[in-house]
Amino acid sequence: MSEAARPLVTARQDDSGIAAAIEGSAIGDSVYRWLTMAFALCIPVLLLIIAIEVGVAAWPALKTFGFGFLFSSDWDPPHNVFGAAPAIYGTIISSIIALVIATPLALGVAIFLSEFAPSWLRQPVAFFVDLLAAIPSVVYGLWGIFVLQPILREHVMPFLSGLPVIGQSGLFEGPAYGPSMLGAGLILAIMVLPFISAVSREVLMAVPRSQREAALALGATKWEMIADAVVPYARSGIIGGVILGLGRALGETMAVTMLIGNVHKISASLFAPGYTMASLIANEFAEATGDLHISALMAVGAVLFLVTLVVNALARWLVWRVSREARS
Amino acid sequence: MTHSTLWTLAVAGLVSATACSGSDTRSASDSAGTPGPATSSSAVDLTGAGATFPQPIYSKWFSDYAAKTGVRINYQSIGSGGGIQQLSVGTVDFGASDAPMTDAEMSKAKGGPILHFPTVLGAVVITYNVPDLTRPLNLSGDVIADIFLGKITKWNDSRIASLNAGAKLPARDILVVHRSDGSGTTYIFSDYLAAVSPAWASGPGKGKELKWPVGLGGKGNEGVAGQVKQTPYTLGYVELAYANQNKLPAAKVKNAAGQFVAPAIPSITAAAAGAIEKLPPTTDYRVSIVNAPGAAAYPISSFTWLLVYQRQPDATKGKKLVDFMRWAFTEGEASAAVLDYAPLPAAVGTQLIERLATIQVGTAS
Repeated sequence: MSEAARPLVTARQDDSGIAAAIEGSAIGDSVYRWLTMAFALCIPVLLLIIAIEVGVAAWPALKTFGFGFLFSSDWDPPHNVFGAAPAIYGTIISSIIALVIATPLALGVAIFLSEFAPSWLRQPVAFFVDLLAAIPSVVYGLWGIFVLQPILREHVMPFLSGLPVIGQSGLFEGPAYGPSMLGAGLILAIMVLPFISAVSREVLMAVPRSQREAALALGATKWEMIADAVVPYARSGIIGGVILGLGRALGETMAVTMLIGNVHKISASLFAPGYTMASLIANEFAEATGDLHISALMAVGAVLFLVTLVVNALARWLVWRVSREARS
Repeated sequence: MTHSTLWTLAVAGLVSATACSGSDTRSASDSAGTPGPATSSSAVDLTGAGATFPQPIYSKWFSDYAAKTGVRINYQSIGSGGGIQQLSVGTVDFGASDAPMTDAEMSKAKGGPILHFPTVLGAVVITYNVPDLTRPLNLSGDVIADIFLGKITKWNDSRIASLNAGAKLPARDILVVHRSDGSGTTYIFSDYLAAVSPAWASGPGKGKELKWPVGLGGKGNEGVAGQVKQTPYTLGYVELAYANQNKLPAAKVKNAAGQFVAPAIPSITAAAAGAIEKLPPTTDYRVSIVNAPGAAAYPISSFTWLLVYQRQPDATKGKKLVDFMRWAFTEGEASAAVLDYAPLPAAVGTQLIERLATIQVGTAS
């Protein structure tokens, strides 16, 4: 028996000690409850304060431009005209590109690691994928400028625009300079991949053994077991992981700013440069001096806040619906 | 497994958090460890905030000055806009800006009238990537403006060709690259274009951020330069120090006297000398020196300013500030060229030292 355990044992044997411990724990419980409740309430309160602050600061711009702020492509600081449509569009499109590319990849990684990988390979690969999340976004941006962009410009973009049908779809038109919606979407895909794959891996590994064994017992192949028994069971968790990735993609600033080309224009082509809300704020806030300019940037922040909120609410609803379906 | 994943993600968060906030650690370790220069206390004596463009030379000045006198000055390069804002509400002792304050901004300052003191000069360089071009490109103000307006779109446009007799210009599209982030560099560049092109003045105008008719936006000098270096047939603008340190090609620009001048420290100082000669002795130095007269003047040049209150609220700090500025205008100017900043013309330095007397320091309590 260790030295440290001894006092505990003697306290338990002592009757008055037990009474004191119960009394103490009752006070302790309530203190603990109130303390954790305060911590928990901190977050919504903080969120509310931020929302109010941003809203108040954004009000002059929203009052001046009304709904036109959301639909106009004019962003002209010297003449005090502001419209955020290209930035809103770019935020959503670049995030969609990121998810379309990252989700299947991340899911593949997660399925391989949880179902196929030998145990000696599982930990190191998982570690390296998770490590992607540790790279600062400015490093992603620099890597994008000096490695990804030249590859895109010289190989990927000519290939895409040369494809039959897809190449003529309008998505891959125009000169291939490098900085583009496609480049921004790709770098975002790499950045959100570890989040989606880490969460997916955890939920896949949490699928009960009985679920797998039942599928195999019914004569399923390994692939059928994964597709029909394991993945559906983990579906709501996987969607949660995708949402986490989406949140990261919507708010990512530095790497996107370095690769998207920063042009206030909505273009159908993914080769064309664009803008996102986060990069607009990052680019202009430090040197914005006009009151209306600052207010317009705050309004962009408010819209980003709102878009994130709506997307998260939508995701919650999706998870809820999926898990309800699974239960019934 | 769950633990290890959460752990990795937590480490990831920490790494990116420290990567963002690593800059302040030096002052902490300074005061804790190494003994400071000959001074009674290691506290900061003066604080300032503002422009990022002169930050390298200001850092050198502040460290040289601290080594010499023991007066410590803390400068945060948060951008001109932030510097003006912080000076206006009185949270810093001095500000710094690449663009002069407007009358509206001056009237909002809580501490009364603000004086502008030019410190060094900067210039904007037109850089480009045209393979096979063997000698520096010649450009004029109206041609630069029309390229950035999207009116000249080909490298072999007759207006570019007529400035570069004998040069082999390709029949390719010009890809324009500009700054996407608000910057003093963009302000100086657009100030110049507005001065030489009526179409630019009535169109995009001048400012730290603009509505660009054509081109791509790169973040920072490095963003613009990276794009220009990598992509053939591009044209962009960066500040002189950045262009020099990275050995970027620089166009010669036609000045007001009709000469094609390369951006270099003597030609920028010459621009200031030419512009200042025409000013009345009572000038407040809130002046633009783009397209300055003088055969040797590089036309896209500008002052960068220190902003100080005329009535110093704290006599001790006020005296320290004036002493520092006197030192900067004499010994400080000598080290400007080493860091690729053009020093003020000697005559301007003398005028500014005299002007320091107009700062009201009051009596120390």
